[in-house]
Amino acid sequence: MDILLQNFDLVIFLLLAILGYTAGSLAEKRHYRSIIKREKELLKMAVITAEGSFPPSKVKESALVTGSVVVSIDYFKRLLAILRNIFGGRVKSYESLVDRARREAILRMKESAKKQGANMIINMRLETATIGRNANKKKTVGSVEAIAYGTAIIMN
Amino acid sequence: MIMTNVNTVPGKKIVEHFGIVQGSTVRAKHIGRDFMAGLKNLVGGELKGYTELLQDSREEAMRRMEEQAQQMGANAVVNIRFATSSVAQGAAELFAYGTAVRVE
Repeated sequence: MDILLQNFDLVIFLLLAILGYTAGSLAEKRHYRSIIKREKELLKMAVITAEGSFPPSKVKESALVTGSVVVSIDYFKRLLAILRNIFGGRVKSYESLVDRARREAILRMKESAKKQGANMIINMRLETATIGRNANKKKTVGSVEAIAYGTAIIMN
Repeated sequence: MIMTNVNTVPGKKIVEHFGIVQGSTVRAKHIGRDFMAGLKNLVGGELKGYTELLQDSREEAMRRMEEQAQQMGANAVVNIRFATSSVAQGAAELFAYGTAVRVE
């Protein structure tokens, strides 16, 4: 017991790492499941990055649709990324973070287009930005924002 | 007001150009939300407070752009682009710009 109290900061650090690992990986798995499920549902909504040209008789309406999400990384993965900085190479923990953010943003854009009754989305563009407390420090990413936007086309 | 991010308004013909219109806003979140986001940073996952904040600010930036276009007498904005940058700690700038046009 005395040893625990003497190394109190180390105990807190370990607790945070364990909490981050369990909660973070659970949340990530759940998020991926929901992404895959919704992607299947929205498969019929075509999204293209080209502009295309449409004859005036076919298009009824067009509108800008956007989708955005801010996702943060957990404590444990942040530690892994810092360790990875020493040796270099693929930083898998950040890869999955950015992948999740982009797919979620695209899904939200599709959902908002579906609500408006659109048939397809043209000229989709993706953007990412780092947000939050760590945004100005170069080395730490922490949380990332992904935006997807495009023009929804409602056909006749 | 029709907004698109392609060169034209699909299915319509542009009759007049008015040049660039833009709108921007700088937002910071209140300290409670910042604190909650700090806690959420431990376990990871979506930061809903930030998502909402950025969504609201982006709509605000677009509204300002729209107002500017209306003053020019346009009825559509084409080729809209977004940009985000963090200007200070805890504050983000949301920026939208496009070309104001009049369609038939």
